[in-house]
Amino acid sequence: MSSDYEYSDEDGDYYDDELMDEDDQDSAPSEEEMDIDAFDGPIKEKRKAYQVDFITLSKQDVEKAMDENIEYITGLFGIEPEAASLLLRHFEWNKEKVTEKYIDNQSGVNAAAGVSAKTTPPRSATSGPSRSTRRTAPASSRSKKSLSVEGPFVCPICFDDTQTRTLALACSHKFCTECWMAYATNKIKSEGEFKITCMAEECNLVATDSFIQSILTTDPSTFDRYKELLVRYFVSCNRELKFCPYPECAQTVSCPAAASKFALTTIIPIVNCEEQKHKFCFACPIEDDHRPLICTVSKLWSQKCRDDSETANWIKSNTKECSKCQSTIEKDGGCNHMTCKKCKYEFCWVCMGPWSEHGTAWYSCNRYDEKDSIDARDAQSKSRASLERYLHYYNRWANHEQSAKLSMDLYAKTEKKMEEMQLTSALTWIEVQFMRKAVDEVFRCRMTLKWTYAMAYYLQKGNQKEIFEDNQRDLEKAVEDLSELLEQPIDAETIGLLRQKVTDKTVYVQKRNEKVLEDSAAGYLEGRWKWNVTVEGFD
Amino acid sequence: MALAYTRRLNKELAEIHAGTPVGINLVNADTFEKWLFTVEVMGTSEYEGEKFLLMFRFDNAYPISAPAVQFVVDDTHKAPVHPHVYSNGHICASILGREGWSPVLTVIAICITIQSMLASCKKKEQPSDNDRYVPRAPENPKKARFHYHGTCWRSAA
Repeated sequence: MSSDYEYSDEDGDYYDDELMDEDDQDSAPSEEEMDIDAFDGPIKEKRKAYQVDFITLSKQDVEKAMDENIEYITGLFGIEPEAASLLLRHFEWNKEKVTEKYIDNQSGVNAAAGVSAKTTPPRSATSGPSRSTRRTAPASSRSKKSLSVEGPFVCPICFDDTQTRTLALACSHKFCTECWMAYATNKIKSEGEFKITCMAEECNLVATDSFIQSILTTDPSTFDRYKELLVRYFVSCNRELKFCPYPECAQTVSCPAAASKFALTTIIPIVNCEEQKHKFCFACPIEDDHRPLICTVSKLWSQKCRDDSETANWIKSNTKECSKCQSTIEKDGGCNHMTCKKCKYEFCWVCMGPWSEHGTAWYSCNRYDEKDSIDARDAQSKSRASLERYLHYYNRWANHEQSAKLSMDLYAKTEKKMEEMQLTSALTWIEVQFMRKAVDEVFRCRMTLKWTYAMAYYLQKGNQKEIFEDNQRDLEKAVEDLSELLEQPIDAETIGLLRQKVTDKTVYVQKRNEKVLEDSAAGYLEGRWKWNVTVEGFD
Repeated sequence: MALAYTRRLNKELAEIHAGTPVGINLVNADTFEKWLFTVEVMGTSEYEGEKFLLMFRFDNAYPISAPAVQFVVDDTHKAPVHPHVYSNGHICASILGREGWSPVLTVIAICITIQSMLASCKKKEQPSDNDRYVPRAPENPKKARFHYHGTCWRSAA
């Protein structure tokens, strides 16, 4: 479908959902409708083709966006903000859906969202056996009778008659504040739940934020957690928003460009939160910066590396099954006269036939040309070739990952070297920063290289792949050269020269990396990349 | 809350001693950790003549969260054959989970619910995923995660 649309690189609106993403309209109702105009902050520098626009939002920013949605509903129907909030939560923060359903059936929607109590007795025939029986159970009615005690109030949960402070939602089911607190704390802290219904049986009225706050006045940390759960839910309902996945980080990233599935066939939305610079992919859970390979194919690769498909391939290419007892046998040397360890069957490794038929042709199988053995050898060499191909890419992929990890050690070494340099030469602190910059660049490029190997594994053979691999080779060569330079011993006399070389090489490496990333990004937009597997969104 | 939990169980126990519904009898409530009841289905039903032992285990989260409830399965006791009862005695009922539990429910209310769950059974059969669930089920049924929707209740433990 990509060929039907024209892309223009400049204005950045080539992923217009209205046109392209028909099948997402139902499944993700909340995305486009939500107001996030408020997030359109100033866009920093002009982005590169392989980058996406995104901005970081603090918790307050998100809360502000929530309030704007609430205000909209409040203004539209003249209802309390807290009721509007419950309605929005019930409809996954989809304003249009709230509006539509509210106009359609106001009392029904209010009851379903827990804004007001149900007026009619709840459904009976449709629910499961446990629920329907519970309603008619005599004990429930009895326990309710004991609820309406004469004299001092007895909390129906803890049976404490010394409690003087009680609370109830609009349904007037009264409980002592201590039970409310224990209940709300349990819901929030243990269950991570922000929808806190009345404790009474079958009452589905939902507690408002101010009610929760009044319960938790003595425990502000739990109330904070409650508010965080609300924010997280709002973010999860909005396709243009994502929470920074790093633990303890409370920032949200807004990336409208990556909100539709279709857009992800052309962009790799690597973003970072502003404050901590945590880098992550907006659209998939792969931890790496997996540019230049798009999410879906990166996922294929990660799965392939994780699962055992290649183990099976190895077994297929390196072992045979005893034709008598089917035990798997690996031949690790020696002649073709095999004796199965298990069943003692003697056979020929080449033709798999019984050894007794081989007569005196001890070391060469004269039955070699028979069709069966040709087929067997074909199948074997095919799977061997497939394994070799995979290993070629995997080894390089893993090597760059390993090297990238090692460059963390290099960082420490560089630090030391930089100190050394300041001592042994006339260079100042500022002037030795070139080392750190070089290490950073090496790390970045190795990440790119790593994923270029995964990409090359899936790219269809052809001119485009060749160009891709040429770019890859140039980058790899440059990176290895720079790495080597960084490992060189520091000599007071040659420092100047080394500095010049490293700086030059860093700039060059950076350019090569840009080249790989820019060209692959352009390739996605131009539909140049063809895969050797089926990839969603590609023909 | 420890105080509230014992006070609550004391109160419930007092009510139980005053009388239990027909077919439900207290066997043992010596501690506030574990109570045992026998449950029979009265009148004509699939379980006529059968008597089951129901075990309640409490911790101080009770009654804010549900107790752990299961049928005892040992040399002398068996779990009822029922589409919502696993052969290890675990019960899949919404009121025993997070969503369906309400702190105003009581031990006796649970007994009655389970009694009528048995009474309304039309065909004695095990849950469809019994063989998958039982070998991997946690010892405490509260740690299992059940889905209560539809007729085929799966476990995702």
